[in-house]
Amino acid sequence: MSVAAAIGDTMKDASGQEPPKKAGRFVPDMLMAPGMLWLAIFFVVPIASLFLTSLQTPVPGGQVGEFEQTFNFANYVNTLTDDTYYVPLIRSFVYSGIATLLALAIGYPLAYAIAFKSGKNRNLLLVMVIAPFFVSFILRTIAWRQILADEGFVVGILRSIGLVSETGGLYPSAFAVIMGLTYNFLPFMTLPIYASLERVDPRLIEASVDLYAHPFTGFRKVTFPLSMPGVVAGTLLTFIPAAGDYVNAALLGRPSNTMIGNRIEYTFLSVNDYPTAAVLSFILMACILAMVLVYVRRVGTEDLV
Amino acid sequence: MSSATATKPPLGFRIRSWLGDNALRFYAVIAFIYLLLPVAYTFAFSFNNAGRTNLVWNSFTLDNWLNPCGAPQVCPSVVNSITVALIVTLVSTFLGTLIAFSLVRYRFRGRSTTNLLIFLPMATPEVVLGSSLLALFLNLFVPLGFSTVVIAHIMFCISFVVVTVKARLASLDPRLEQAAMDLYASEREAFRRITLPLVAPGIAAAGLLAFSLSFDDFIITNFNSGQFTTFPKFVYVSATRGIPAQANVIASAMFFIALAIVLLAQLSSRRRKAA
Repeated sequence: MSVAAAIGDTMKDASGQEPPKKAGRFVPDMLMAPGMLWLAIFFVVPIASLFLTSLQTPVPGGQVGEFEQTFNFANYVNTLTDDTYYVPLIRSFVYSGIATLLALAIGYPLAYAIAFKSGKNRNLLLVMVIAPFFVSFILRTIAWRQILADEGFVVGILRSIGLVSETGGLYPSAFAVIMGLTYNFLPFMTLPIYASLERVDPRLIEASVDLYAHPFTGFRKVTFPLSMPGVVAGTLLTFIPAAGDYVNAALLGRPSNTMIGNRIEYTFLSVNDYPTAAVLSFILMACILAMVLVYVRRVGTEDLV
Repeated sequence: MSSATATKPPLGFRIRSWLGDNALRFYAVIAFIYLLLPVAYTFAFSFNNAGRTNLVWNSFTLDNWLNPCGAPQVCPSVVNSITVALIVTLVSTFLGTLIAFSLVRYRFRGRSTTNLLIFLPMATPEVVLGSSLLALFLNLFVPLGFSTVVIAHIMFCISFVVVTVKARLASLDPRLEQAAMDLYASEREAFRRITLPLVAPGIAAAGLLAFSLSFDDFIITNFNSGQFTTFPKFVYVSATRGIPAQANVIASAMFFIALAIVLLAQLSSRRRKAA
């Protein structure tokens, strides 16, 4: 399964063996130059440009969307102390954190079942995991509106068993947003975990059974630690895009469920306040990088770049 | 009696593991329903006699399928998306494959920096990628449209291509190529007749991945497209007014085409293994 392999491989570039051939700089340079140049010009330079934009100030007496290059670091202070910005920022991390845990709770057993209990159907089941990707994710998110609508069967069942009050509903709500985030990134959680579970040597699990380990102890001491690289990759691949997402909050939430992505989009594209939007983007990126570093340090995998 | 089962450990163990297995299967079935329910809804609502807003089930009709371009803007946006995705697939697969080859086959200084530069775009949220490119385009007064969308998509697809092709290349046995050269093939011949055919499935997979990433991208596109409309952007923008059922027709058709491609690829690889 190349997609599973690709996503599983995403996170562990440095661990590959050393390549056999030593070459002068010339050959690899010539091969890589166009692609790497593309990344430099359209990834690195834009990040620098974003940083410069975040320090701009409005042209005195200019029109909306006219800014001049200054080095006004007060933009950061002003934005971070404004609750229309820091509240959605915190909310983003809460929502995406919950969604990541839910995706792990759903995705790990699913990956485990595919890896160990699927027999001949394994490839078919893997196709079923990636099949949602074949439908535009915006349409799938809108489908959740229909599924969670007050007239839908889900609300009907929940109302009849009293979990939702007669007038209550599920959409739009924080619940719907978190559920949508969990849904949209679940395959990114499942595939890397599957990829690492698939590499677990079944003889190790048999050995733990032979040594009288309770199946659960065997899982806790043998299988789970061996699947950690997949868990790390999966949680990152879920948490990072979820924290920056604004489609779920826009389509499934209320204005009170606004995430930082919605703020960035709105500030950039509707208000045309480019410096503030750039500040927000930059802070989001910095927060995510910091969290990823702490997380990876804590979990202690050295497989990451 | 619980004590009765406790005195027969093999049976108790078997019951428990049967329960464990089937609880897991049951759980997996629920997870699959969760994953596929929206797909089923999207498909079902492509047959809805919907009128303007396709949110509530009305009645069954085949009209949407017989006339997929019936709603304004649906087909032009699909054509835009396919055009962008084709260009992006060609360019990013070419550039990414070259990078993958040099990373796997050559040792050179700056390899870890290169790896980092490939990893970072995948680890950056799309809002940041989209807004930073927009900041660049705004600062340089580049007009937004078709070409800025293509540029942006190629940027984020390259990394995924590199990773996919690299995985395939790394699993190749280098001795195959050496054997060819021992048999007096030139380096170029060995590459063309041994390595390239063996890597081809990986390159094809990378191309398909790039196509689907580009075709389905919304966030980065939304920042950098100006007035240019792709299919996901069209769906998102019309979500407030109501999405025509034709959008569901297009999405369902794409779903079955993609599914057919993947299943055929699996069948052919199974046949190759059997042979």
